[in-house]
Amino acid sequence: MSSIKHKMPEQQPEIRRRNFDEVALGYDDTTAKAEASRCLQCKTAPCRQGCPVGINIPAFIKHIREGDFTAAIDEIKTKNNLPAICGRVCPQEDQCEKFCVVGKKGEPVGIGRLERFAADYARARGRKQKVILPPEPLGKVAIIGAGPAGLSAAGDLARMGYKVTVFEALHAPGGVLMYGIPEFRLPKEIVRQEIEELKELGVEIVVNAVIGKTFTIDELLTEEGFDAVFIGTGAGLPHFMDIPGENLNGVYSANEFLTRVNLMKAYKFPEAGTPVHAGKRVAVVGAGNVAMDAARTALRLGAENVYIVYRRSEEEMPARAEEIEHAKEEGVEFRLLTNPVRIIGDERGWVKGLECIRMELGEPDESGRRKPVPIANSNFVLDVDTVIMAIGQGPNPLVQQTTPGLAVNKRGNITTDETGRTSKEGVFAGGDIVTGAATVIQAMGAGKKAAAAIHEYVQNKRKGARNSQ
Amino acid sequence: MFTILKKQELAPSVKLFVVQAPLIARKCQPGQFVILRIDENGERIPLTIADFDRAAGTITLIFQEVGHTTRQLGRLSAGDALLDLAGPLGKATHIEKFGTVVCVGGGIGVAPVYPIARAYKEAGNKVISIIGARNADLLILEQEMAAISDVLYITTDDGSKGRKGLVIDPLKEMLAAGEKIDLVMAIGPVIMMKSVAEVTRPYGVHTIVSLNPIMVDGTGMCGGCRVSVGNKNKFACVDGPEFNAHEVDFDGLMARQKMYHSYERREHRCGGDCSCHR
Ligand SMILES: Cc1cc2nc3c(=O)[nH]c(=O)nc-3n(C[C@H](O)[C@H](O)[C@H](O)COP(=O)(O)OP(=O)(O)OC[C@H]3O[C@@H](n4cnc5c(N)ncnc54)[C@H](O)[C@@H]3O)c2cc1C
Ligand SMILES: Cc1cc2nc3c(=O)[nH]c(=O)nc-3n(C[C@H](O)[C@H](O)[C@H](O)COP(=O)(O)OP(=O)(O)OC[C@H]3O[C@@H](n4cnc5c(N)ncnc54)[C@H](O)[C@@H]3O)c2cc1C
Ligand code: SF4
Ligand code: SF4
Ligand code: FES
Ligand SMILES: [Mg+2]
Repeated sequence: MSSIKHKMPEQQPEIRRRNFDEVALGYDDTTAKAEASRCLQCKTAPCRQGCPVGINIPAFIKHIREGDFTAAIDEIKTKNNLPAICGRVCPQEDQCEKFCVVGKKGEPVGIGRLERFAADYARARGRKQKVILPPEPLGKVAIIGAGPAGLSAAGDLARMGYKVTVFEALHAPGGVLMYGIPEFRLPKEIVRQEIEELKELGVEIVVNAVIGKTFTIDELLTEEGFDAVFIGTGAGLPHFMDIPGENLNGVYSANEFLTRVNLMKAYKFPEAGTPVHAGKRVAVVGAGNVAMDAARTALRLGAENVYIVYRRSEEEMPARAEEIEHAKEEGVEFRLLTNPVRIIGDERGWVKGLECIRMELGEPDESGRRKPVPIANSNFVLDVDTVIMAIGQGPNPLVQQTTPGLAVNKRGNITTDETGRTSKEGVFAGGDIVTGAATVIQAMGAGKKAAAAIHEYVQNKRKGARNSQ
Repeated sequence: MFTILKKQELAPSVKLFVVQAPLIARKCQPGQFVILRIDENGERIPLTIADFDRAAGTITLIFQEVGHTTRQLGRLSAGDALLDLAGPLGKATHIEKFGTVVCVGGGIGVAPVYPIARAYKEAGNKVISIIGARNADLLILEQEMAAISDVLYITTDDGSKGRKGLVIDPLKEMLAAGEKIDLVMAIGPVIMMKSVAEVTRPYGVHTIVSLNPIMVDGTGMCGGCRVSVGNKNKFACVDGPEFNAHEVDFDGLMARQKMYHSYERREHRCGGDCSCHR
């Protein structure tokens, strides 16, 4: 048996760096079966503890090995409402695959790749899951935010028999899947199809509904007759560095840059009405997944030089190794141990340079990583015309500000117990709004847990109401 | 879909729509705005809610055709529908009885000033309004403003209606004459709001302006609408759109509004010669 994963075909770097088509192309039937044969079908299945939604990994892999691909996807879908998405964007190396026994001596089984294969196989054949809904809904639940947390709670509750309405502020559901993660990593058509399937379960999605503005949570619970509310509003508030020059033309938050390109399709301008300014020389500040996405997007929009500017060293970069590798292959240049101090503008108010200072690593800080300290008199100017800030996001305060009795921590994240219960009766929360920016599958896991807690809450409440009659 | 029930031309290239939007009409307050998208390829643009009828479930939008999207909007007729309409967005105007309030509206800015002035009036204020435009043809909502103002001044750049001059002229005179003014609310082109701020600053009269930076989501997610106010960055869509005029960095706002000029020109295929790009 091979000690490494079967390779997934990819578009060549020199071609893909200029198009928005998907980079990774997926396994064919034969490769999928071969990769599935690498799984030892462990009785204890340690891989499962790494999956926040608890997919029965050996069971679905066994179906693939046996060539029963539809059985594989049916198995996955009992736990995961969005498998084609997770198979693509889960950081598997930190989740399921991290615990895989095969990985002890070589590379783990390509669980994510196999999940993607099964989901794509079913999608290509238009295969849908069967659901039988109870004639009388068990209750009415409102979900705020159509990101992975909200969608996963919605799917589970619908399958249990609830009437579910999802309220989404933007014009398209999907959250970061739609506006943040680029087309070349996660085609939007796939997101649309997986959401379509949720609608077929009876989930109603109301777009253009900004909760806190269009409705408040209290109105949903009282006037609109919802039994419970789940808040999955994500970590959408972009951080800036607070350095001089940040309001010059040509400075973006990664959120804005990516939203213009992904959600608004600015790469098709003027056919699509939203413009984006990519520039010729682009500095992306930060080194997480968001930074890699912004850098690779800038390349595809035609930038000649794209730099990742990061104050720590390669080792501390928070992005997935695979994303860093892809960015390097495509020609993104890394300026590490470098920290921006000022953005320089021209007389018309446009960016013309990024003044940086070189850094060295000192003593470890609270995070355990060695703290970068500036080297005196090492300033230099990076000649760029666009600067994209990808240094993290906080919680959007709209819902918290308009919901009395909802407890938040000092960062503004909603506080919950481990089942997703907030301080306010009938209100649950999960995903990035609770944890801060994390991952798609963690948000989905939180949505799933909350769905179970909501079910229990609503049924107890109804029982109480019946008993007191 | 949000159906356009009524269309009216208020001035050349200024149009009024009454749009079916019951959820927004139910909640909106003076000072708030919506973000709309005409169709699948459309961009998201903000427009102020110029009026609303809660019982009928409608809102009124008044817009000036300045570029691609507002022109496309202008070509729609009653019976057509907008694909997306989100709102009400932004903070509502703080309305209470201040005493004497001067409401200044320049050009298309009269549209957002109108519901605010009306609310000040309903709250028991003395409302002095100053509305202006380049010429008589471009002046909008004169009757409406007259109906809710104790005093109404009209100015035009060319003198074709009311006084020849700028909207700040009557304001300057009132202040110089020592008239007691408790609050000034000014909405219009940034350059106008900036000059109003400069006029009231020496007198220490509290002055509010409604800012119109380029927006995308309107929910605080992109940061594109950031404006420096009191040397701190504010997101106009959620922290505003109204701010203390004496703290706003108007020059920064004007520069940022031009960010896409070269793109907007390309999109028009007019070479940038049309009136909106002068
Ligand atoms: C560029 C980028 C790349 C990423 N790449 C990866 C990756 O490869 N793998 C991975 O696992 N994770 C990745 N992440 C992280 C991951 O996307 C998030 O952790 C995940 O999307 C969080 O899900 P969520 O449902 O909590 O929130 P979100 O996905 O943020 O969704 C929240 C939704 O709520 C809506 N909303 C907000 N406020 C309101 C309101 N008041 N009323 C109504 N609706 C509202 C928002 O519009 C949004 O649609 C990435 C993130 C970004 C930004
Ligand atoms: C809170 C707010 C309320 C507004 N209310 C009104 C109103 O009631 N009536 C009205 O006529 N106009 C209003 N505007 C301005 C209106 O949004 C712009 O005129 C419109 O977006 C121009 O789009 P366009 O494609 O037609 O023109 P373009 O040619 O694309 O742009 C012309 C100019 O409009 C501005 N602009 C472009 N895109 C946007 C955008 N997405 N958001 C904001 N400004 C943009 C830029 O300064 C640009 O240079 C408001 C703006 C804001 C922020
Ligand atoms: S959902 Fe993610 S963590 Fe779970 S099995 Fe699939 S790839 Fe692994
Ligand atoms: S740990 Fe690895 S080998 Fe074992 S069942 Fe899971 S995937 Fe298969
Ligand atoms: S428009 Fe995006 S934050 Fe205000
Ligand atoms: Mg436009």
